[in-house]
Formats: sequence, structure tokens, C-alpha cells
Amino acid sequence: MTQKLVIIGAGMASGRVIETLVETDSDAYDITLFNAEPRGNYNRIMLSPVLCGEKTYEDIVTHDDDWYAQHGVTCRFGEHVVAIDPELKVVEGQNGHVPYDKLVIATGSAPFIIPVPGKDLPGVITYRDLDDTNAMIDAAGEGKRAVVIGGGLLGLEAAAGLAERGMDVTVVHLMGHLMERQLDEAAGYLLRRDLEKRGITIRTQASTKAIIGDGRAEAVLLEGDETLPADLVVMAVGIRPETRLATDAGLDVARGIEVNAQMQTSDPDVFAVGECVEFDGNLFGLVAPLYDQAKVLAHALLDQADAFVVKDVATKLKVTGCDLFSAGDFAEGEGREDIVLRDPSKGIYKRLVIEEDRLVGAVMYGDTADGNWFFQLIKDGTEIDEMRDTLIFGPAYQGGDTSDPLSAVAALPPEAEICGCNGICKGTITDAIANGATDLAAIKATTKASASCGTCTGLVEQVLQVTLGDAFELPTAQPICTCCDLTHEDVRRLIKSQELKSQDAVWQELGWKTRNGCHVCRPAVNFYLLADWPLEYQDDPQSRFVNERKHANIQKDGTFSVVPRMWGGITNPSELRAIADAADKYNVPTVKVTGGQRIDLLGVRGEDLPAIWADLNKAGLVSGHAYSKGLRTVKTCVGTDHCRFGTQDSTGLGIKLEQALWGSWTPHKVKLGVSGCPRNCAEATCKDIGIICVDSGYQVSVAGAAGMDVKETERLCDVTSEQEAIDVTIAFVQLYRENAKYLDRAYKWVAKVGLDWVQERIADLDERARLIQAFELSQSIYRKDPWAEHVQTKAAQYQPMANLTLEAAE
Amino acid sequence: MNWIDIGHIDDIPLRGARKIKTALGCVALFRTSETEVFAASDTCPHKGGPLSEGIIHGQSITCPLHNWVFDLNTGQANGEDGQIATYPVRIEGDRILIDGAKLVAQSAA
Ligand code: FES
Repeated sequence: MTQKLVIIGAGMASGRVIETLVETDSDAYDITLFNAEPRGNYNRIMLSPVLCGEKTYEDIVTHDDDWYAQHGVTCRFGEHVVAIDPELKVVEGQNGHVPYDKLVIATGSAPFIIPVPGKDLPGVITYRDLDDTNAMIDAAGEGKRAVVIGGGLLGLEAAAGLAERGMDVTVVHLMGHLMERQLDEAAGYLLRRDLEKRGITIRTQASTKAIIGDGRAEAVLLEGDETLPADLVVMAVGIRPETRLATDAGLDVARGIEVNAQMQTSDPDVFAVGECVEFDGNLFGLVAPLYDQAKVLAHALLDQADAFVVKDVATKLKVTGCDLFSAGDFAEGEGREDIVLRDPSKGIYKRLVIEEDRLVGAVMYGDTADGNWFFQLIKDGTEIDEMRDTLIFGPAYQGGDTSDPLSAVAALPPEAEICGCNGICKGTITDAIANGATDLAAIKATTKASASCGTCTGLVEQVLQVTLGDAFELPTAQPICTCCDLTHEDVRRLIKSQELKSQDAVWQELGWKTRNGCHVCRPAVNFYLLADWPLEYQDDPQSRFVNERKHANIQKDGTFSVVPRMWGGITNPSELRAIADAADKYNVPTVKVTGGQRIDLLGVRGEDLPAIWADLNKAGLVSGHAYSKGLRTVKTCVGTDHCRFGTQDSTGLGIKLEQALWGSWTPHKVKLGVSGCPRNCAEATCKDIGIICVDSGYQVSVAGAAGMDVKETERLCDVTSEQEAIDVTIAFVQLYRENAKYLDRAYKWVAKVGLDWVQERIADLDERARLIQAFELSQSIYRKDPWAEHVQTKAAQYQPMANLTLEAAE
Repeated sequence: MNWIDIGHIDDIPLRGARKIKTALGCVALFRTSETEVFAASDTCPHKGGPLSEGIIHGQSITCPLHNWVFDLNTGQANGEDGQIATYPVRIEGDRILIDGAKLVAQSAA
């Protein structure tokens, strides 16, 4: 029969408990979930990408409202629990009592606040949850100063995030080197150097005496009476289990709530899980053991045998560019031996600690690819005597195998852990592959591997590659070209987050291996820069393919084609006369009507381009951008003006859209269609954006294709007014500009990010307004006729620089 | 040697190219950096693409038609069986000089 289960705290551990319960036996419990935060379970490991702006809250939600509703979980979010009465078996919330048969306490941890004067001033923020993160984002600002107290994992992630947001950051750390619990001094030094390179100031052996300020934090006072000015103070010195409710309820509490191996507290009907518990003298802060606990607890609640055991955990830091790994115990001691490998030029440091022929600890900085292999040796207590000499070079050097980069992964045994967060081992992934999972998404869905913090994504892909061989194509790890090691997505993200605003900044900071890129990467980088920094970055014609540089399409015989713009496909006799005159004057051999309702003059000589443009300009004609990765054409039908079926002024809307969008650069070309009724004479439903007018308004659909792929558009949304139709279209174009990979047409991009995501962003009115504003800002630079500009300033470059035919003949 | 002054270095945009007409056909001048200019045939040996319209990177030029990449030092196509003629160029102050004798001599050869 169904029992009542109350859970206090919606964190990652309790989230996993609920998942396991509803998957195993959804009828066993009626679940009520309290959470003091006004939201459900999200992936807290990902707060630092949110802080530095690489991700948003929406990206890191684990369970949304729908999910809770679907699984019948009663949510009491934003409500504090006042007390637990274990006698009556009742939980007292702010808004009323809830009786329980079984209770789970998952209150997590609270940040440790160092007891100094000024600790409660406004402007002093801890770093634990989304509200803290948002508070930091709000307080952050270009050029403002932040002091982070605490140089451990959390403090450094906060510092890096704030620095990426343009703040001047100082880290104050009590100990002699950073992350002293996870790193030795040498690795701590390299970490410090890398952080300092990003402009973060590090103060070690520095103790905070007070936070001073009048009404809000203004400076941090150190022991020794030095003051560090600060607009924002982040307190990240550590956490302590949140045990107040348990203590008040009379449960056994030491540092944390004491539990047995079934996660049961001193009251048999009350369980605890996560960062609030203490087991066997241990506290827990990393996600892997929490998930183990969650599984054990779910089994205990379902009367299945299971027991929690403490395992070694490995640490990775999620700060881009700081690649570190540590596992096991690496303190020096009697009978312990070190193996050290350094490569100063590459900033690589590796140290293994060996005791009695077994690996007991590993610290690595700069190259952590073999981390999991070492971690496995530590966990298994493998005898390493035989491979001692080559051990530090990693698995690639063991067993005679040479330098195949995949052999490290191939060498891992099935029980080797791949995904630390979810405790997924290689065998589970190879089983999933045997059952038909052939790509990363399928592995994520079936095993949860790489579904939490994502640092193991590369490993999972390597397992796929080793297992499937040629049948698996590495999808994400593909660098743009041989000039760099980064993917398009990485480069886009880093240009935004590191605020790289020039090509030189990109080459330098992202480690380009060539002087200034090549014909593959440079056009992409040029686009990313101008899309993200329209005011700061100037479009570089020399990074564009000939068509975009010359504002005309090169033909196979080296001549060009010229297509003037006809707004919405509408023209008039004087424009047509000007086109005819130009065709005569420049001996244009072919005049063709295009599929986008324009007129194409084919076969114009390169030298004649400025002159023919000047002539067309005089008749009021401008570039039709028939050559650009940008807005091409808006194809329309005649709409209400002439057609007896027309429901709206489709031509008028087409003209307005074209006038708003023209001149903008996009990842690939963008074509629009506007049809005045569902008969769809403008063939709008195979365009990048297609609008169908109906009696009730406008159906906006996107992501169609009519090229090598043919695909019908998908409905983005329905709107009632013309202005909304324009707004939604602009917002979509800007979202595409900000996020898509260079040379992905809109339909390819939408397939990657999902229509749902696009719809959500566009439906969010604040986001829509932001997108429109960002687009308008960019258009303040780019909404102009490049032909006129070239006629005025660059005409000479279309002519030969010199004519030596005469001289040579002399 | 017959050095002919063909123009100011800033007549060619940085990482851009211009052509000159010669008795041998069009020769392209590639400005690979602030003070570095190469001269080579403008015509791609593959299918005649105009190399002066390509993208210049490092000391290489990518043909705009099918992306053959030529090393401007040697004229050799990267990984393809093809080569373009290269010509001596000199920068004197701001001026670009090309060896006119070479252009004629080669045509005679
Ligand atoms: S014509 Fe130059 S690559 Fe084909």
C-alpha cells in the first residue's frame, strides 16, 4: 500500500533518490518535497558555467515542474521547514503540517562564514546556490573589484567566473598554496600561474581580519592591516552540514547527521542523504558519493538490500584552461616514493605517489588525459611493480602498445569508471553500445554518463570510438581545422566568455598554431567576432571569401554576377529601365530571373563592378546581397492588395522584414518567404523563415530547407499582429547569429539545439527584447549598401594595380 | 634585373591582393604582412581560378574556386600536383618593385 514519504531539500542527492524510486516502483510512495529555494532540483555542479555566462539556469535544470507533476511529486518550493516531530511523524512547514510514514532529510550544507566583523554587511555573498550565483552576477561589473575569501575549489570557480565577467578579482587564501586539499605545491603553483595570467590576483597565507564598509562592504582588511578595496566580497572558505532540523528533532548529530550504511538516522523512520550526513566519521561534498548514497537510500526505502561504502574520489577543476586532476593520498611520508614528470614549456606536471608497490595518489596539471586510468589503479590497488618505469607515461606505454591516443581508453577494464559524477563504468557504456546506442546523446539517455558535469564527454566519445571503430564519427571533438584544437562551439563560447574582440586576441588566447588562421577558420572567426562584438570589432574583408569581399558572385570563368535588391520582390518601370540600361552598357551576356524574385545580371567583368553599381545606385537600387551569408531575399505573394484569397498584406510585411534585416551577416545565408494565405504561393514553408498569413494573424515557422536537403519548416509560434511577426523574426535571426556554428544553415542549427529551446527563448519576452536590441545595435553598423561604399572608397582596388604589358614590350 | 616601381605598399590591403597586367598574363601581388609582398601568377593551374581573389593566410594563398592552397615562397600547391610561377619582388621604403626583366625573360623561355 502507498506510504507517505516527505523529503526536505531538493538537491542533487534527493533528486536522484526520487528518480530511482519512481523508476523502480512508482506506487510505493506518495512523495512531498520541501525546498527552501523557490525551485526544484538543478545541477549545482554547473553553477560556475552559469556564473561566467557560459550557461543559463535553464540549461542546468534537472527536474522541471512538468517532471514533478508527471511523477506525482507534491512540491512545496520556497517554503522553509520549521520543525520535525518524530513522535507524531509530522513535518511542520511554514504553510502547514505534512504527516509522513518515512522522512528523508536532505538539507545539504551551509556555507561556512568566518566570524569576522562585517561578515553580515550587504555585498558579502556566499557561493552555494543559484540565488548566490545570481547575486554575484548582479553585483559583477566591468572594472569593479571583487575579493574572494577562500582558494579552494568553490572559491576559485567563483573567482574565475567573476574575472570572466570583467571584474578585478583578488583571492585571499589562508594556506600556502591553492586547493591544498587536492593539490601539492607544484600543481598549486601552476594553477596559481594560470589564474594570474587571467588577471586574478592571488594572496596566499593571508588571513582576513575584518570586512569594512559603511552600510555595505567596501574593503577587506587583512591580518597585518593591509586593506583590499572591494565592491563585492565572496565568502567561499568551506561548507558545513546543515543539521539544525535534525538536532532540534533529537536525532544523533555529530558534525553531520549520523547515518548507518542504509542512510538511516537514529530514528528508524527518518533517513538522511547528501552533504548533511556523516557516515563513519566522513563528510561528503562531491557528487559521486552522494549519488551512491541516493541509490542506497532508494533501495532501503523499497526494502531492498544495499549498503553504502566510502570510496576514493577524484577531483577536477571546472575552470577553462586550468586542467587539473587529483586522486587518492599524495602526502609525503615514510615508505612513500614519488615519480615526477615535468614539461615546463607546456606547463605540465605529473606526480605519482607509490607505497608498497601500489599507487596511492596522483596529482596532475596541464595534461590530465590519463587521470582516470591512474584513478583506477589506485582504487583497485593494482600491483605496479612491472610497469613502474613507464607508469608515469600512462597506459599508452604499457603492454607494448605505442602512441595510439585511443589505446589508453582501450586499455581500461570494463569496471573502470568513466563518469565520476554518476559512477558509470566503461562496461555499462559498452553494454549500452551493444544494445544499440551509437552516439553521445544515446549514451547520455541510457546510462546518464556525461549527463552531469560533462567533463567526461571526451572519454565517452573515445569509448564509442574504440568500441564502434569506423562506425562512429567523432561529432563534437572535431577542431575547426588544423590551425587549432578547438571546436567551433568552443571558439564561440570562449570569444564570448573571455571577451576576445580581435583576431589577434583569438589567435593568441586560443592557441592558434598558425600566424593568422587559414581559409577555413578565419572566415568563421571573423563572423563570430562581428556577431558578438558589433561595435568593438570591425569586419575584415580579407577574411571573407571572394563573393563577400567583392559583393558579387564569382562565376566559373572569373566574371561576376550582379543582383540588385528588390524589396519583397516589388519593382517598377524605372528600376527595370536602369537594369536594362546597365545590361546594355556593360555587355551583360545573360539576364536571368532568380528563384527569389530578383533579376540577376550574369557575366560582369570584375573591373566593371564599381561602375555598374554606381549606375544602379543612381536609380535607387542597392546590393541584393545575393552573394552573402546574410539576408538574401524575402519572397512574397501579392496578398490582400490583389489576391482574392489573401488574408493579410503579405507583400507589405515582406518589404518591412527585408528592410529590417538587410545587410546583416549570419552564419549562413538566410531566405524568407511570406505567403498571404495557406495556399502558400511564396513557398514560405521551405525557407529558413516562412510566414503564412491567416485570418487570425501570422504563423511564423522556421528551419526549412530546399537545397541538397528538402525540409518543411517547423512552427515557431503564431502571432496576431504584424509587429509581433517582425519581432519574432528578428529575434530568431539574432538567436541564430549568436549561437550557430559558421556555415550551419538555420535548419541544421535548430536540429542541434532543438526547436523547444528556440521557442522558449523567443517566447521569453525579456529575452526577445534583448535579442531585438542586440540585432538593432549590430544593424546600426551593417544596415547599409556595400555597393555605394565600395564605389566611393574602394573603386581603385577593382582595377589592375599596374599595366606592364607596354613596358615589357619595350 | 630591371626593377619596376609598381606602386605604394598601401595600395594593397593587408592580407589582400592586387593584380598587374603583364605580357605573361595577370600576375598577382599578395601582401602577407605589413612589410611582406609576394608576386605570383594570378591563374590557378587547376581550373584557372583568379588567385588574387583568394584568402591569404601566413605565406599561403587559397584559390577561391576549389580551395587549392599554394605556398607563395615556392608556388607549390599543398598536397596537389600543381605549381604557380613566382616572381622576385622588393620593397624599398613604401614602394613595391618587381623584376620586369624576369617577366619578359620567362616569356622568352
Ligand atoms: S581553380 Fe583553383 S582550385 Fe580549382
